[in-house]
Amino acid sequence: MHDENNMATAARKIKFRETQIEMAHGAGGKASRRLVEGLFAPLLYGASQGPLADAAHIQINGTRVAVTTDSFVVKPLRFPGGSIGELAINGTVNDLAVSGAKAEAIVVTFILEAGLPTDILEAEVRAMGQAAERAGVVIAGGDTKVVEHGHADGMYITTAGIGRPLPGVEISPRSVRVGDKVLLSGPIGDHGITILLARGDLDLEAELQSDTRSVLPLVQALVRDAGAGVRWMRDPTRGGVATSLNELARDCGLGIVLFEEKIPIRDGVRGACELLGLDPLHIANEGQFLAIVGAEHAEAALSALHNTPGGEAAVVIGEVREQPESAVLVATLYGGTRMVDMLVGDPLPRIC
Amino acid sequence: MCLAIPGKIIEIDPLNTTQALVDVVGVRRKVDLGLLQDAPPVAGDWVLIHVGFAMSKISEADAADQMRTLKMLGEVAAAMEEVRGYGLENDFPDPPPQKWTH
Amino acid sequence: MKFVDEFRAPELIAKAGEEIRRLAAANRHYRIMEVCGGHTHAIYRFGLKDLLPENVELIHGPGCPVCVLPMGRIDDGLSLAAQENFIFAAFGDMMRVPGTHGSPLEYKARGMDVRIVYSPADALKLARNNPEKHVMFFAIGFETTAPSTALTLMRAKAEGLKNFSVFCNHIVITPALRAIIDAPDMVLDGFVGPGHVSTVIGCQPYQWIAEEAGKPVVVSGFEPLDILQSIVMLLRQLNAGEARVENQYKRVVAWEGNPAAIRAMDEVFELRSEFEWRGLGFIPQSAYQLRSSYAQWDAEQRFTVPGVRVTDPKAAQCGEVLRGVLKPAQCRLFGRECTPEQPVGALMVSSEGSCAAHYNYGHLKPITISSAAAAR
Repeated sequence: MHDENNMATAARKIKFRETQIEMAHGAGGKASRRLVEGLFAPLLYGASQGPLADAAHIQINGTRVAVTTDSFVVKPLRFPGGSIGELAINGTVNDLAVSGAKAEAIVVTFILEAGLPTDILEAEVRAMGQAAERAGVVIAGGDTKVVEHGHADGMYITTAGIGRPLPGVEISPRSVRVGDKVLLSGPIGDHGITILLARGDLDLEAELQSDTRSVLPLVQALVRDAGAGVRWMRDPTRGGVATSLNELARDCGLGIVLFEEKIPIRDGVRGACELLGLDPLHIANEGQFLAIVGAEHAEAALSALHNTPGGEAAVVIGEVREQPESAVLVATLYGGTRMVDMLVGDPLPRIC
Repeated sequence: MCLAIPGKIIEIDPLNTTQALVDVVGVRRKVDLGLLQDAPPVAGDWVLIHVGFAMSKISEADAADQMRTLKMLGEVAAAMEEVRGYGLENDFPDPPPQKWTH
Repeated sequence: MKFVDEFRAPELIAKAGEEIRRLAAANRHYRIMEVCGGHTHAIYRFGLKDLLPENVELIHGPGCPVCVLPMGRIDDGLSLAAQENFIFAAFGDMMRVPGTHGSPLEYKARGMDVRIVYSPADALKLARNNPEKHVMFFAIGFETTAPSTALTLMRAKAEGLKNFSVFCNHIVITPALRAIIDAPDMVLDGFVGPGHVSTVIGCQPYQWIAEEAGKPVVVSGFEPLDILQSIVMLLRQLNAGEARVENQYKRVVAWEGNPAAIRAMDEVFELRSEFEWRGLGFIPQSAYQLRSSYAQWDAEQRFTVPGVRVTDPKAAQCGEVLRGVLKPAQCRLFGRECTPEQPVGALMVSSEGSCAAHYNYGHLKPITISSAAAAR
């Protein structure tokens, strides 16, 4: 009784002081973190502290089960390389994969805007069915709501995914050690730049497409060959590699140094970022993942990825150091360094 | 104040010659050539782009010139190293210590 | 990337760094101001400070048009756009800049039609595509950007487009430099000149800095090699006791600038008698307004502007940081009351303002990266 009262009091300490919700709070950066840690966590998570991750592993009658939820809000609904439906399936599978679990079933909610043409909805549902089949996951059920015209940008999709933890891997930021290597599965920025260009406001064209795909096969190969050395994984979606690694750095208290010349970036992404003054490290990805791997396992890890279809471009992009504490640093070949922090909100183009 | 990027003119719009399609490492955008009409650039030229306008033509000759000068910086250093090797250290004092250590 | 990657070549950067260390006389402290916010950004982005010896100090100048924009001007622009059927169009740089009642993005969240544009031409296009709305382009920038706004206005006039206007905040760099050089606490030895402004105005406008104030100016490009080479050139002049204007950015900057761009500005703009620069106060002849021949496209002549004046809290030491007298971290508000997320003063507001750049990119001690090189 006494404990419950304490928990209830502790749970009510809201640290979130902003008076209204802004777009920045959904962008995955600092503002999002403030909202989650300052409002949701105190009220919902009670006394269970610990880093907030993409997916949670819970115990049901002695069996460990991984569970995740995600929501998909994207304009335009279809873009080169994919659509909202594929993002929804792949994104959910990936959240579970990087938590060290194989997705078994997904349930889906559609929030549809009245007036949405049926053929658009049909195309999305087809795309989801195909993505689910490719990812080896069952769509087990769902719900539908329709809202008035002018809301939901056509459609919003939410998912919940459930999966089985993969044997041989234990994900925890606390297990990250100085000297561990930072692995990246492939080129960054494709998805975010594709979406930016697809919106049409900036009048830019490029031969780019979203990288949306399930990274489960790559994660499975990694865990199979180097599972004992895998400390942490994350799919760098909104907020990009910079945000994911900053979160890790804060959670483990160590420093992460990235070697700039090792970070793979396609030409079109580079061109768009240079033109608009954006940093590729802040751009969303939907088909890549980061892994922190013990140094002695790095070779096996890379080999596993290189020998799996889709993992050919995997590369070590950095390593964990003691300094700078809780921060991420980029080092250039010629000896220059700069801090890279997570953004407050979405990256904005600049002219200055 | 000044984010400007080099881009290559792919083609000039035949219907409006102040507009051109420019390529920046695989990204394309229409760029306004209105500020360069005193000596209009042609397809294949490189221009400096700022807020969708071409500000200046980029001179390959000047760029090459600059690279030559920059490469020579190293050669002067190499020459000094050689001289030092001849025992002429007092005439050519060591450079100040580096800020970052190895 | 051609004309970019060559100027980021690591071996050449290392050589330029060595040359700087060779030139930097042990018994001397060099204070060099890089005028342009773009240079500030490049210096941090490429980690160039790590390559300089302790006695070559880079001080960040006032060339950040977002930073020096008084908050009252943002308030004015937003209050104009609060009318029915108005579209407020601006560069991404402006979107998070706080006015008294919020930033443009916050106004957008409250229902104002706010659009990010990459080019003033895009704002004009918005006006063409939305004939029932009025598009007001909130223009910022130095002489690099002003000609593009000018040309856009000329096109709007030629088309007779009625639903387009510009709220003009274009500023001129040399009066700000004069304000800094004339200040009694001036500590600077030389200047890295604004390369892209100079593509428009050329190198001649900086002659007085060399001839009257006796300080060398090297007009510089924005790649690491450009900036380092410019520092080499400045050190050579300073060591020889010289004070000249030199053009390092020859591949793009002509000594006489871009006459067509200057003509465009002349056609559309005239100088205001004075304009307020946040952190520096009122500076005469330092900003543009639209001529009466363009009154119909001038938001200030067409609509009633409230003319709000907002003063920064006295505790903010932006002026001293702007003149290089204080380093960002030495301002009493830095990192505490004043951060990029809640900026109190001018220099925290834009990502290339010296305080924001220092906060985002450089405030933690640089680590030794020798083992980084070994681990590659």
